[in-house]
Amino acid sequence: MSVYSFQTEDTEQQIIRETFHLVSKRDENVFVETLDKCFENVCELDLIFHMDKVHNILAEMVMGGMVLETNMSEIITQVEAQGKMEKSEAGIAGAPARAVSAVKNMNLPEMPKNINIGDISIKVPNLPSFK
Amino acid sequence: MALKIVKGSIDRMFDKNLQDLVRGIRNHKEDEAKYISTCIDEIKQELKQDNIAVKANAVCKLTYLQMLGYDVSWAAFNIVEVMSSSKFTYKRIGYLAASQCFHEGTDVIMLTTNQIRKDLSSPNQYDTGVALTGLSCFVTPDLARDLANDIMTLMSHTKPYIRKKAVLIMYKVFLKYPESLRPAFPRLKEKLEDPDPGVQSAAVNVICELARRNPKNYLSLAPLFFKLMTSSTNNWVLIKIIKLFGALTPLEPRLGKKLIEPLTNLIHSTSAMSLLYECVNTVIAVLISLSSGMPNHSASIQLCVQKLRILIEDSDQNLKYLGLLAMSKILKTHPKSVQSHKDLILQCLDDKDESIRLRALDLLYGMVSKKNLMEIVKKLMLHVDKAEGTTYRDELLTKIIDICSQSNYQYITNFEWYISILVELTRLEGTRHGHLIASQMLDVAIRVKAIRGFAVAQMATLLDNAHLLTGNTQRNGICEVLYAAAWICGEFSEHLEDPMQTLEAMLRPKVATLPGHIQAVYVQNAAKLFATVLRKHEGETDSQAAQETSQLLIDRLPLFVQSANLEVQERASCILQLVKYIQKLQQKNVEVAEEVTALFAGELNPVAPKAQKKVPIPDGLDLDAWINEPPSESESEDEKPKVVFAKEEPKHSRSRHTEVDEKELARRREARKQEQANNPFYIKASPSSQKVYDAPGVEHIPVVQIDLSVPLKVPGMPMSDQYLKLEEERRQKEKAERKKKEKKKKREKRGKERKADSGPESEEDITPAHQVDIVTEEMPENALPSDDDDKDPNDPHKALDIDLDNLLSGSSSRPLADSEKLPVRTHRPEVLKSPVVDRDSESIPQETKKKGGKEKKEKKKDKEKDRKRSKEDKKKKKKHKEVEEELLESQPEEAVQSEETKEVAAPPTSTSAEASDLDFWLSSAPVPPAAQEVTAPSSAAAVDTSSAAAPESEPDDPKDTEPEDMKSSKHKKKKQKKEKEEKEKKKKKRHHHHHHHGDAGGEDSVQNGTVEEEEEEPLPPMSNYSLLAENSYIKMMKEDADQVYDIQGNHQDESKVVVSVIFENKSDSFLKSMEFNVLDSLNSKLQRPEGAGPHDGLTVPFQLPPGVSNEARFVFSVQSIVMPQKLKGTLTFIVKSDESSTHEKLDFKLHFTCTSYLITTPCYSDAYAKLLESGDLKGSSLRLEGINMPFHHLLARICFHHHFSVVERIDSCASMYSRSIQGHHVCLLVKTSDQTVSIDAKCDEPSLLGNVLDEIKQTFSKC
Repeated sequence: MSVYSFQTEDTEQQIIRETFHLVSKRDENVFVETLDKCFENVCELDLIFHMDKVHNILAEMVMGGMVLETNMSEIITQVEAQGKMEKSEAGIAGAPARAVSAVKNMNLPEMPKNINIGDISIKVPNLPSFK
Repeated sequence: MALKIVKGSIDRMFDKNLQDLVRGIRNHKEDEAKYISTCIDEIKQELKQDNIAVKANAVCKLTYLQMLGYDVSWAAFNIVEVMSSSKFTYKRIGYLAASQCFHEGTDVIMLTTNQIRKDLSSPNQYDTGVALTGLSCFVTPDLARDLANDIMTLMSHTKPYIRKKAVLIMYKVFLKYPESLRPAFPRLKEKLEDPDPGVQSAAVNVICELARRNPKNYLSLAPLFFKLMTSSTNNWVLIKIIKLFGALTPLEPRLGKKLIEPLTNLIHSTSAMSLLYECVNTVIAVLISLSSGMPNHSASIQLCVQKLRILIEDSDQNLKYLGLLAMSKILKTHPKSVQSHKDLILQCLDDKDESIRLRALDLLYGMVSKKNLMEIVKKLMLHVDKAEGTTYRDELLTKIIDICSQSNYQYITNFEWYISILVELTRLEGTRHGHLIASQMLDVAIRVKAIRGFAVAQMATLLDNAHLLTGNTQRNGICEVLYAAAWICGEFSEHLEDPMQTLEAMLRPKVATLPGHIQAVYVQNAAKLFATVLRKHEGETDSQAAQETSQLLIDRLPLFVQSANLEVQERASCILQLVKYIQKLQQKNVEVAEEVTALFAGELNPVAPKAQKKVPIPDGLDLDAWINEPPSESESEDEKPKVVFAKEEPKHSRSRHTEVDEKELARRREARKQEQANNPFYIKASPSSQKVYDAPGVEHIPVVQIDLSVPLKVPGMPMSDQYLKLEEERRQKEKAERKKKEKKKKREKRGKERKADSGPESEEDITPAHQVDIVTEEMPENALPSDDDDKDPNDPHKALDIDLDNLLSGSSSRPLADSEKLPVRTHRPEVLKSPVVDRDSESIPQETKKKGGKEKKEKKKDKEKDRKRSKEDKKKKKKHKEVEEELLESQPEEAVQSEETKEVAAPPTSTSAEASDLDFWLSSAPVPPAAQEVTAPSSAAAVDTSSAAAPESEPDDPKDTEPEDMKSSKHKKKKQKKEKEEKEKKKKKRHHHHHHHGDAGGEDSVQNGTVEEEEEEPLPPMSNYSLLAENSYIKMMKEDADQVYDIQGNHQDESKVVVSVIFENKSDSFLKSMEFNVLDSLNSKLQRPEGAGPHDGLTVPFQLPPGVSNEARFVFSVQSIVMPQKLKGTLTFIVKSDESSTHEKLDFKLHFTCTSYLITTPCYSDAYAKLLESGDLKGSSLRLEGINMPFHHLLARICFHHHFSVVERIDSCASMYSRSIQGHHVCLLVKTSDQTVSIDAKCDEPSLLGNVLDEIKQTFSKC
């Protein structure tokens, strides 16, 4: 967890790279793949803008610095279940906020076209993601 | 209502959320700090509102800011508020923030205990999950103590999602609250076999993590992990287990043998690099632990090296690095295998990653041999030239020097080459390591006498071309070599061809720009050269040359007299006056050379770097004692030397130690240093000139022919390469000569085929170019060995070094004392013994009251209950046993043998005897012990530790039954025995732990108790092996049957006793078909395999080659244990020699003492007190007169021979405890005064007690 302690945007990419290497060395990049699935094509900016989400995903994988789960489908199941719970809690009250958030996200600045994280090259779609 | 909520959220939706914050920060790159501070102000406003959603949003943003490095600790209370929200969404935000921001110093953590407890027991599994995740990050000792019990309950939760998190977090709890380990361990162990793979993996994780730090406590889990290793497909779990085995094998070499096969299989089959790496790593650890015993594992090593090669060749830098790292481990034990991959390692020097290059360098260090040193160094020199960046180049330089100088220049065959290398290294620009090169030059020139002539010539050239070195101010570091050059030229000036030229070079005006300490050496050595020149010209009729020399000095020295450096000034003026005086004498034609030379007479001997430190302090000398009365503080202030010339602040470079003495010493040292620094008359030691002048009379210099065929070159031109060439030529020549000789031999011995020169040269074939005499460094007499083994006292894992073996459920387990139980939810939990909590409980030590200890056995007066439970246990154990059987069968090689062993010995797999279980599990290792021992007798001890716990007889035991003519051979035996005894003394401490666990526990408790304080007398060696019977063929030693197992069979009041017997073949013949048989009594019966008749013997599962011994175990079932038993038995065997085979037999009597039914069981004092109070026990007592041994020896003997443990000891009074295999408590109160020992004893079975006391009496009547 503390990997993220003192990051700035400038070093963000580098930290992701390092994390990727650290995690991939052990987990055969379960982390990156899981992120990829949870964000439907993960990109660098996803990680910055949704760092809470990243944390929550990571929490299903690593707990207190120890590996908790390496089975990706299990991780995704749990993450999705929690996401659903969140949505049901927000219910009707959450709807306008989500709409506003979607509008705000329409113009993400400087969306890069192609991002390299480690060996995985992720194609960034031209359209901003609506989430 | 709903409308209101919607309205509220519409108000809110234009608040900044996390994404807005991130976007904002990205858009304010120029004034980020300012932007963030306004954001923080907003957040503070939001936190003041009542709406929890607003607060949560604010906290979420704070979490991000915290990651950017902003302090958000001021919001800790708000975080707690958000954590307490009933909505999962907010709760999660709160816990996330807490996990990022909270630490041990956060005081609001105290407020969270109840909230966390509530969340842990929430019906929503994700509430529980999120609380566990958060807690894992900020758990404090208080939280750990208060919540340990709740978390332990969660370990058995119905949902695997919760179970795995609860299991995993226990590790953190253990770290913060070590007391929880013992009570939680049984359940944790249970989770290793959880049906859910995630939970299983978590348990493996935790136990492996614990075991990594204190492996010995987890040795007994090896069979279980072995099973997991062979069955699991989860790479992560496999990696963890394999790592753990890597830590266990050094403790138990037999384990390694078992591991090799499955590990090599994994290595062959896995595609995961990480797993491959761990397998290789553990195989290496195994091979290292076996390296003395198993000479033929070259196949495994080869496999490892091959696979590592793949790792190193991989494009992934991490794998490359790890591959090199593992290689370096193999290198230590199997250098040859690694050396064949030299090409690959050298390639890595070209890698763009510096850490990989450095690893490769490290490897090269270990790979050099006499044969390849020159070649490797040549490659390194090339890299030096290419290297970019001074750091790496300096690293290369130091490595080259390290490689060449390692183990006292072991691999250097040609020192001329080495000197040339050093000279070439001086061409490095901007290196910091000039002094290193210099000290090497000095060291070689001083210690290798034969090289001095060459070295002096080279150094003279260096001095002559000093301008090349000093020309650039940036190259300051390298001018240090001039220090060495000047000194060598001066000291060994008799080798100089043209001392006059060198003298001239040393007195050039440019020298004055060199650092002071170098100038000082120049001046001093100029004087030495002067003496040499004078002597050279002495006797010549024309004294012109000598006078010119004097004049030269007189002309040039004044420059140095004006030096700002005191040392230089001092020496220069001294020498100048001397020379002026000499000049006067010269003008009078007086011969002065003799006297001038005498100034510098004497040989210099190198002194080992730490020689000074290692001078032992003579008896009675207290270095800290004041010689005179200590001056008062103020006085010492006043007497501080006045700073006249230079101001030098005392440097506190030394780390500050807490110890006052250290500080004081350091202070004095500093003071002394300062005083010396300010004292112009003190000759300071420079780092490379720590030489001691002593005149032992000129030692004889070995006469050596030095091949000076290599012309001297101006530095700047590499010439080491030519040496390489020459060396090759020389070796070729030698080879050819050898070939000739071989051929001659061949011709002589035509009959025998010989492979001459087919293989590469071996190390020994290479003879050094010249015989060198490497003078060893001097050490003071009785130098003390260095001892610097320090462990980190702050390691939290130290507290977790807890013995867990005898805890695992089973009636003979060491009970959890009340004080060990986890605190249950109380308003204010007690940490230590808590009589309040337990007042209502029955006072028997086995009892565990807590619900967490449900599955732990409660041996109560209520026997019915006990039986039921033991049945359950049996089931479990059966399962366990089956598993082991599977294990055994999975190894076809050993199947037959292990089957037999099983029939004979099959110890019930009670968890209470984990250690012996392990022994059994391990003893069925695939290698047949007999054959093994023949091939590698020296390794026998390591290979089979159980038989290595060498037979040692009590001095009084053997009834001599053998015929007279065997006496002589017996003498021999005795000698061997003695040796063995000595060996065993050494070994005992180590081995005891695994093999006689009960005893070890007892000893430990003695040592851990008060006895430890009396270190003055070491415990005499004790053995629990006694002679059973022997004849001229075989000797049987019986171990006290201390490995006892509790009720297992169908008859419920029957106990099993395992007897270990060591069979030693004393004859020169092969012993086979051994059959062990006893005449059963009503009470005690030998356990025979199913289908065997009651009088059938048991086949001993091994054969004995001459001189070999091995151990077998026999299980007896015993009904009543209150009386000692004697069983008559016979061993029949076939003696097979070359000519004939005869049938022989040996009768023996097996004696089961009551002591042998006791199991060492530690007991806590509060449990002990309750036991005595209960009034169920009947007393008896014993007096021993004339006991002439220290009290702690007495206790140790009782512990060792009678399986007691010390509960408490106060002065000369101790309470002791033991339990019988049928659960009788035996309590002793031992007092001593004036050689009289009185033992008051209590036990719930009087006749057992009486017999035990008799046996104790007997033990002490022997000594």
